[in-house]
Amino acid sequence: MSNTKTQLTTNTLNFECETGNYHTFCPISCVSWLYQKIEDSFFLVIGTKTCGYFLQNALGVMIFAEPRYAMAELEETDISAQVNDYLELKRLCLQIKHDRNPSVIVWIGTCTTEIIKMDLEGMARRLESEIQVPTVVARANGLDYAFTQGEDTVLAALVHRCPTLTPVDKNTLSVNHPPLVLFGSVPSSVATQLELDLKQQGITVSGWLPSQSYSKLPKLSEDVYVVGVNPFLSRTATALIRRRKCTLIGSPFPIGPDGTKAWVQTIADTLGIKTQGLQAREQKVWDNLESYCEILRGKSVFFMGDNLLEISLARFLTRCGMIIYEIGIPYLDQRFQAAELALLEATCIEMNVPMPRIVEKPDNYNQVQRIRELKPDLVITGMAHANPLEARGISTKWSVEFTFAQIHGFTNARDILELVTRPLRRNNALKTLHDEQSLIPETWANRRQ
Amino acid sequence: MKLAYWMYAGPAHIGTLRVACSFKNVHAIMHAPLGDDYFNVMRSMLERERDFTPVTTSIVDRHVLARGSQEKVVENVTRKAKEENSDLIVLTPTCTSSILQEDLALFVDRAKQSINSDVILADVNHYRVNEFQAADRTFEQIIRFFMEKYEKSNSIKQKTEQPSANILGIFTLGFHHQHDCRELKRLLNGLGITVNVVLPEGSLTKEIPNLTKAWFNLVPYREIGLMAAVYLKKHYNMPYVSIAPMGNLDIVECVQQISSILSQADPSKDWNFDGYLDTQLKVVSQAGWFARSIDCQNLTGKRAVVFGDATHAAGMTRVLAREMGVNVLCAGTYCTHDADWFGEQVKGLTSEVLVTDDYTQVSNIIARLEPTVIFGTQMERHIGKRLGIPCGVISAPVHIQNFPLGYRPFLGYEGTNQIADLVYNSFTLGMEDHLLEIFGGHDTKEVITKSLSNTSGLSWSNDGLTELNKVPGFVRNKVKRNTERFAREQGFTVISAETLYAAKEAVS
Repeated sequence: MSNTKTQLTTNTLNFECETGNYHTFCPISCVSWLYQKIEDSFFLVIGTKTCGYFLQNALGVMIFAEPRYAMAELEETDISAQVNDYLELKRLCLQIKHDRNPSVIVWIGTCTTEIIKMDLEGMARRLESEIQVPTVVARANGLDYAFTQGEDTVLAALVHRCPTLTPVDKNTLSVNHPPLVLFGSVPSSVATQLELDLKQQGITVSGWLPSQSYSKLPKLSEDVYVVGVNPFLSRTATALIRRRKCTLIGSPFPIGPDGTKAWVQTIADTLGIKTQGLQAREQKVWDNLESYCEILRGKSVFFMGDNLLEISLARFLTRCGMIIYEIGIPYLDQRFQAAELALLEATCIEMNVPMPRIVEKPDNYNQVQRIRELKPDLVITGMAHANPLEARGISTKWSVEFTFAQIHGFTNARDILELVTRPLRRNNALKTLHDEQSLIPETWANRRQ
Repeated sequence: MKLAYWMYAGPAHIGTLRVACSFKNVHAIMHAPLGDDYFNVMRSMLERERDFTPVTTSIVDRHVLARGSQEKVVENVTRKAKEENSDLIVLTPTCTSSILQEDLALFVDRAKQSINSDVILADVNHYRVNEFQAADRTFEQIIRFFMEKYEKSNSIKQKTEQPSANILGIFTLGFHHQHDCRELKRLLNGLGITVNVVLPEGSLTKEIPNLTKAWFNLVPYREIGLMAAVYLKKHYNMPYVSIAPMGNLDIVECVQQISSILSQADPSKDWNFDGYLDTQLKVVSQAGWFARSIDCQNLTGKRAVVFGDATHAAGMTRVLAREMGVNVLCAGTYCTHDADWFGEQVKGLTSEVLVTDDYTQVSNIIARLEPTVIFGTQMERHIGKRLGIPCGVISAPVHIQNFPLGYRPFLGYEGTNQIADLVYNSFTLGMEDHLLEIFGGHDTKEVITKSLSNTSGLSWSNDGLTELNKVPGFVRNKVKRNTERFAREQGFTVISAETLYAAKEAVS
């Protein structure tokens, strides 16, 4: 990779694609936040011990709070079709209905159900009418998707279950603009914050996908405008446009004050509303963030890529004064992310920094070679690489934290920077220890030799 | 199909990866879909590993489903062999790849032709064996592979002059394995036995042929390592000792077996270790005295439930019942494949034996028996939390806090001290809890809230309260105080959700 440094100086975004040998979470991990979000749901992951082991280890202590999710663990008899899939699933779902009485059961299809070609959609339809519990199927498997895309598959499946907005409903909404539905799962306090930010501009949110409960899914029709809050929801967006004839508002995502402002502004412009005091609101947030930006200015970042939030975060960090070397990303939908990519490009030009290279389906091994060469001040990466990189003197931030932390809207911009600056602040705090013992950081690695 | 919320043992490939990663300079390549490399995260997190975990994935995606892996696996093996210059590459099938039924063995043969590293295909059936069984088998497979490979070129190695032993079964992500290994070396050294090879943790595969130089093998944990020991016994006539020296009585039994092996190997000498054992029991181990001290008297007849892997659950049951006078109501293991051995070990020491890998059964039994204390895995710790029963963790599966930085062996004489502390601390905590309950606890929360949060002249609107209740309990009071201070400064009288978030933004 000898040409990495020269590529940093080009002035348009350049897109590459590598081998796809990278580390990320399996998309079934979406059950961990979705079962908490949709309070009357039950998630049934139809897979093997491998899936179960991942969930129980990745989700740590959550598993102990009597979660509303479980594995339908496939055994050898299921694989070799010695038992009837339908009867087996019926038995388990009846047990779930009896024990938990959920309003909806979401089946998560996995790699194994794909390979043995289990007809989950067909069986769900039959079972639903037989046991009278709505059953939604999402194929969130590692053959096709990465990490947060799991949520995308579930929400896309839920689009079909949303009720229809009738003209009568529309009249009762009593808003001065077309109905607006937001899609993307965020903690309910974040949802409130985003709604308040829109309310200040006189925009009313008439529904969320997903909603707090299955029975409160938003009403959709061709009159409804939809806007995403997360960059990984391209299938959901497609389903909303094609299946429910909604109008998609293409906008940057409300991550960071710059993103949030652009998001609110685009929505207001589309709905024909004139914004007030939005610029001042953004500036006030930036003023509050100054102490963090001081630490970050001029520092370089390398995103290894695993959760699809990378473009938005890179755009925000560029605005904070950082230099982005590389944005690894599992999958890039250039249409759904078009506004976000445009904002990234504009931000780079405005901040007068080189355009980052965007690497889709990255190769972690090659990336580590590039990291060795570039020596970035911060690598945003998965846990598999974090400790080994730290041992080699490279500061890291665990990328999954961005998925679980509250990062949306004006209010939470601080939380993002709290995360990003933490390794840098830690380095400052530990400086004396290293100097005194004349330990250069690299000496922590290779202790076995 | 089985409805499962939690599992004690991981899937088979985890076992294979644990074996491969424990060796030095061995690389594992998983034939798996994206996201199955979760093992790397566990190793990096739990062991706080400083090196990159030598596991990569040859990814199974849609294209592989349609056309087969074709060149992909071979390419990945060759690429890794060149990048890492590994001695051995272990191609690891997963549950997904095993139903694809591709001829992975053929890929291994083809890859072999273009690289210098050895390549083997881990021989495990994902739907029949769990993590432990797979690890046991892969470990044996690797040892067999290198013994056979070098047998052709090398003659059988001479035994060492002085008595020596191999320690088989120290693995990455093992429960306190690193500490146990150090303690086992100390025990053997104390007996005048040198340690020949420790496998697999930290060893090179080229050390495998040296195994036969040792007089015998020591297999501390019966879950992983026994198959290898049996193989070496069968083909190289190496005797082995398969007793976990956990607790004073089992240490004695272990040493007695060692002594009889040494006597057979060299009858000309007197291999009596009674003097050593006696000194250790009285001077090094405090557990013998502890059992007689007045504190331990209070433990007599206290009711315990034990659950874990076969080695640790059996060892713990024996220590509690025979060395501390604790009443073990139920002893259990999730190693269902080893139920007979387990039953034999705890025979007469417990009123109930439980063999299951279903945590709800364990949970129900604990709820029914209401023991004073539980010794189990992290799962039992959480069951205990819910029921208000203290729990000492004695076995995998474990969390990061079970990979302590300090020296915490479970085996050997220092191990007896650690176990005594663990038992004693679990019980006193239970007693404290009990006393607190009798005296109404020391909860003064109400008083603190009253003095620190002054709501005079302020009221909370309903949506404000709803938002406040979403704040996690442990910081809710702080958020409440900050918001109220903010509201007073701003001259608000009613606090709404909007005020709450405005306050959050204002506080730096």
